[in-house]
Amino acid sequence: MAATQEVARFLSDHSLVEATLKIVVVFAVLSGLVAYLVYLERKVLAFMQARLGPMRVGPWGILQPIADGLKLLLKEDLVPAGADRTVFLLAPVISVVAAFSVFAAIPYGPGGWTITNPNVGILLILGLSSLGIYGIILGGWSSNSHYPLIGSFRSAAQLVSYEVAAGLAIVSVLLIANSLSLVAIVQRQQQMGAWNVFLNPVAFVIYLIAGVAETNRNPFDLPEAESELTGGFHTEYSGFRFALYFMAEYTNMVLIASLAVVLFLGGWLRPFESVRWLSLLKYAPAAALVGAAVFVLWLGLKSRVRAERIFFAALAMGCVLLAAVVAMPAVLEAIQGVFWFTVKVMAILYAFIWYRATFPRYRFDQLMTVGWQRLIPLALSSLIVTAIMLVWTGQRLAPLLVANVLGGALTVLILSARQDSGRFRTIEGATR
Amino acid sequence: MAFLILSMAALVSSILVITRRNAVHAAIWLIVALLSVGGIYLILQAEFLFAVQIILYVGGIMVLFLFVLMLVNVDASVRQAPFNRQWPVGLGTAVLLLAEMAYGFWRGGAPLAAAAVSTVAPAAQGNTQAVGMALYQNYMLPVELASLLLLVAMVGAVIMAKKRLG
Repeated sequence: MAATQEVARFLSDHSLVEATLKIVVVFAVLSGLVAYLVYLERKVLAFMQARLGPMRVGPWGILQPIADGLKLLLKEDLVPAGADRTVFLLAPVISVVAAFSVFAAIPYGPGGWTITNPNVGILLILGLSSLGIYGIILGGWSSNSHYPLIGSFRSAAQLVSYEVAAGLAIVSVLLIANSLSLVAIVQRQQQMGAWNVFLNPVAFVIYLIAGVAETNRNPFDLPEAESELTGGFHTEYSGFRFALYFMAEYTNMVLIASLAVVLFLGGWLRPFESVRWLSLLKYAPAAALVGAAVFVLWLGLKSRVRAERIFFAALAMGCVLLAAVVAMPAVLEAIQGVFWFTVKVMAILYAFIWYRATFPRYRFDQLMTVGWQRLIPLALSSLIVTAIMLVWTGQRLAPLLVANVLGGALTVLILSARQDSGRFRTIEGATR
Repeated sequence: MAFLILSMAALVSSILVITRRNAVHAAIWLIVALLSVGGIYLILQAEFLFAVQIILYVGGIMVLFLFVLMLVNVDASVRQAPFNRQWPVGLGTAVLLLAEMAYGFWRGGAPLAAAAVSTVAPAAQGNTQAVGMALYQNYMLPVELASLLLLVAMVGAVIMAKKRLG
């Protein structure tokens, strides 16, 4: 009886129902995105290395993530002998909860496209995402095995070092926006008529590098260097718990990309909003769908399998229909923000995959040198320059940009000169 | 209700911190205790303190704690008797703290009750600005002195580490 009353009260409160629905939608979309991000990564890497990538499950291997998920679900969930059982079972859950809960505070679009907008938004996100380290540390420790322990050591050291650089880069954005709320940060960029990346490109580059390091991706993937550690902190995990770690990792990747978009690339804002003749860009969602239809049709024409040709033709038809719906002015207006947000996030995710195909892995001492002796001084100098320029010239674009670029270049020069003089000789310098 | 749950969680996990033999388990319970205290800050509408509590204590300091604990041979430390020879000192400190709190409640009962009743309306900007103003304007000298102390400690640690290397 009391339970039904509770439910009735909950349903009568519209804001609660709305928030719950939004959370469900974001969770569903994010899970799907993460699954297909793995597929995208395998495909893109394959094409960059002149291979085909997954091709077996479904046309062009499009059902591969679903097959992989099923496989991991049905596999045996092993706990190694001598492991700290409770901690071992708990660790991946910590990682995945921390990774997903952060997305409650991300603004996907203007107005109702956010779940919640806490006025300490950025601090909340940094705090929650830093809880994810515990999943890695405890998972590595509780496995009671050498490789996971080494992997989690490396991971913790790396996360702690690069969080400092990322945090300092974020602070210079907060100075410009004068707020900790993510919605306010985007609105500030709209008022200024310029994205923060054009005000402080140095901080953007630092944030991006530190972000790649925090997600343990190439060229900073030492915590899971297969050739040295067989798998890193999750070596002993199998089945669904391994899948949880995997999901947490890719979710964190999406988070870093989303934060980069909100902080530096104008969030949901359309590019060139102030340029009159480029307002044609408004129709980009519909154009993108038509483009997708043409691409899918081309894939279908190339295929020799009858079922695949029918499938691709139907898919192209669906895309065209969706494009017609999207081209309606009301719909176009509504999805504008979230469309541009998604496009920017995908662009950054693609860049992350691109890095993986391009750069070789750092050595551990190089990793520490880059973090502590290059990125952190650079981030500090960028912060100081931004603060001085904001007090001196106010929030004007040109002086801020010029000062930041000059300051960044000067710092890089000083840092490289010091390295050459050998006064701050590192392990790297000693072994050379 | 939320306060009751959070304070119970904080108390229980604090007790577990000092009774667990396994140092890593104790650290995990300490994390739970810190999180519950953070939740109490949130109930008091001190969202800035809440965020800083999570970022600094849970996300920073405890990670370093665990990092060091993982290097310790846990099996050996579980078998050893806990290092509690200073319990007369501990008892003295506990009694002193209890007396201090009792005195505070006895003398300051009226202001405490008044503070509980008067709920301050949350400012539009939140209390981030208020904390910043208090730290960097009203109490600037103590803050600067404290940060100088931390800097000295840091430099000292670096020099000691270098000595051992070279």
